[in-house]
Amino acid sequence: MPFGNTHNNFKLNYKVEDEFPDLSKHNNHMAKVLTKELYGKIRDRQTPSGYTLDDVIQTGVDNPGHPFIMTVGCVAGDEESYEVFKDLLDPIISDRHGGYKPTDKHVTDLNFENLKGGDDLDPAYVLSSRVRTGRSIKGFTLPPHNSRGERRGIEKLSVEALTSLDGEFKGKYYPLKSMTDAEQDQLINDHFLFDKPVSPLLTCAGMARDWPDGRGIMHNDNKTFLVWVNEEDHLRVISMQQGGNMREVFKRFCVGLKKIEEIFKKHGHGFMWNEHLGYILTCPSNLGTGLRGGVHVKLPKLSVHAKFDEILGRLRLQKRGTGGVDTASVGGVFDISNADRLGSSEVAQVQLVVDGVKLMVEMEKKLEKGEAIDSMIPAQK
Amino acid sequence: MANSFTRMISGRNTAVILASVGAGSLTSGYLLCDSTADAAERRKLYPPSADFPDLRKHNNCMAAALTPTIYGHLRDKTTSNEWTVDQCIQTGVDNPGHPFIKTVGMVAGDEESYELFAELFDPVIKDRHNGYDPRTMKHPTDLDASKITSGMFDERYVLSSRVRTGRSIRGLSLPPACSRSERREVERVCVTALSGLKGDLAGRYYSLGDMSDREQQHLIDEHLLFDKPVSPLLTASGMARDWPDARGIWHNNEKNFLLWINEEDHTRIISMEKGGNMKRVFERFCRGLKQVEHLIQERGWEFMWNDRLGYILTCPSNLGTGLRAGVHVRLPMLSRDPRFKKILENLRLQKRGTGGVDTAATGDTVDISNNDRLGKSEVELVQLVVDGVNYLIECEKRLERGQDIKIPSPIPQFRK
Repeated sequence: MPFGNTHNNFKLNYKVEDEFPDLSKHNNHMAKVLTKELYGKIRDRQTPSGYTLDDVIQTGVDNPGHPFIMTVGCVAGDEESYEVFKDLLDPIISDRHGGYKPTDKHVTDLNFENLKGGDDLDPAYVLSSRVRTGRSIKGFTLPPHNSRGERRGIEKLSVEALTSLDGEFKGKYYPLKSMTDAEQDQLINDHFLFDKPVSPLLTCAGMARDWPDGRGIMHNDNKTFLVWVNEEDHLRVISMQQGGNMREVFKRFCVGLKKIEEIFKKHGHGFMWNEHLGYILTCPSNLGTGLRGGVHVKLPKLSVHAKFDEILGRLRLQKRGTGGVDTASVGGVFDISNADRLGSSEVAQVQLVVDGVKLMVEMEKKLEKGEAIDSMIPAQK
Repeated sequence: MANSFTRMISGRNTAVILASVGAGSLTSGYLLCDSTADAAERRKLYPPSADFPDLRKHNNCMAAALTPTIYGHLRDKTTSNEWTVDQCIQTGVDNPGHPFIKTVGMVAGDEESYELFAELFDPVIKDRHNGYDPRTMKHPTDLDASKITSGMFDERYVLSSRVRTGRSIRGLSLPPACSRSERREVERVCVTALSGLKGDLAGRYYSLGDMSDREQQHLIDEHLLFDKPVSPLLTASGMARDWPDARGIWHNNEKNFLLWINEEDHTRIISMEKGGNMKRVFERFCRGLKQVEHLIQERGWEFMWNDRLGYILTCPSNLGTGLRAGVHVRLPMLSRDPRFKKILENLRLQKRGTGGVDTAATGDTVDISNNDRLGKSEVELVQLVVDGVNYLIECEKRLERGQDIKIPSPIPQFRK
């Protein structure tokens, strides 16, 4: 909650063992790392804006875990959370991001020209291409913690920045709370509209407070560039289009991001970023690039091949249904995207998607002809 | 006092004493340790006007009462447990309202909330409790069940009888605000007290977290188990945090006296049985409550209560007696009569489906209970239900015989 350390100073009067949460039935990253000793060591800390350890972990305490997905179980309330609670967050980050060490440096590369190829994915198979990331605005606390005043401040700045864009980025902002029915229907039909979060993973972290105050969507006239304001993060930036020209999607993504960043910087509110964690976002799983680049691709034969999951693993890719995370695939069409976020650059991650999808489409074609694909299975990337 | 909380001495007892004499703003002024310099900076950068919630589409008691002026007075205050008005109203901001039910839209985090944020709570209480003014009126408490007359219903009509209320343990924060150790202390205090109950009240405790599958199934089959709250009215207030830690159910061996621990309130106490003996249900209710109170007092604890607001509970709608006394009653003809609604209204009764609040009536059986909670005593409210249900049964019998029925004159709101 905003404005200071509500309740934490009072809780310090109680013994550690009385306050320590019961994590015996829990299966998330936070529960694996947080011991009573660690809790006792850092529970009296708070960030300058008053975010506390209990705030960080509440979502993980309330949500013991998904049977199939290892959830993170904690969130940041502000940029400083990652520093003040590093004793908890560093091991979680390491666990979640393939052994990333506290001394590692993350490379940011948003030069779309460094991407090789990506403009020739077969549109008979690759139905659509999309890249998304998140950005947090320096000087404001994050969605789990911010007050209504701050959230509105973020919206105001964002609207100024976004409505000043021109060329292919020229567009309009739709605040959630004053949307007309016609606008709402249109945004739903375009698959742009985001809902109030219902997942308890999110609501228990306090991100849905005061909905829909301060929330909205901007999209360009061409409907290929989209920004969500104040959903799970301050900003979610999305570039997408039909077909397989991932190169064009990524170019628009990088150019658009740079333009937006310049405008925010001019107002004295650049994006939260540091050389260890890259872009700072609410959930530790989105640190680094915060980037998910993916395609909707038809792989009916490959997807039922015995080695499909192994191939994906080696290509450092993940599959989802076409409804997004936690959905099943429909008609052999899968959402294929990069699995990594931290420790490799944007260009590197999109490169993996481009190369990996190209290979998988070729495998699909081979399987259509009744040929074997064993010789095509790649080494671990 | 043989418990770890005696170590909490000065801060706790000061808070308890000050809360109970209503010196909320004094307390907060004295104990307000500014959290951080940064937080103070923030308050300056974002004055109350920047934070005032947008309530234009809202329809709850809080939204009707909250003005920018009141918010400006209250935003920067904190109780001695560091609870704020923003935390009180969050549930009402997040839940604009039910089209048919006017929800309250705010909760208390501790006893002191009702004092410190009285400028907002008082008009909300007045709105919800039919004009009861906490500034000028006194709430009567009366748990003497012997005063009830005609408390045995015709069992051809009344299938079951039930009385419930809630109690809060003074000195510990309420469910929206409590820390894990406070919640665990509520559990310890209650379970220790309940283990001292004897005779027909002797029973056992089932902790929600440690329950075996068999125990859980047993409690479900007996309709005794409560679920993790899913209603956003409750989850948005923070009451479901850390579930199922320190939550549980206690019931006596007869299964007609039951306590819920740390659900929406510190405790919910229920007395119930099949059939129409409301007098016996209320008698057991009062006896059980008195004994539990006595057992916690032996260990230096007490219930939150004052003469303005009666028993202090999390939701302002449950202040006063916190009491809902009701029956499941068959009224096939009366429930279809167009005058039924008006009869209930004048008798100050409400109907619900037999699944509880927000459910529809199935078949001919309805749940009938008192509308009011604050401004009338427990005995008065139960007598009102007894007299009212007897009247409804009389109407049903008259309709069966082809005779006409009358709408009774309305019962007055408060004693003068």
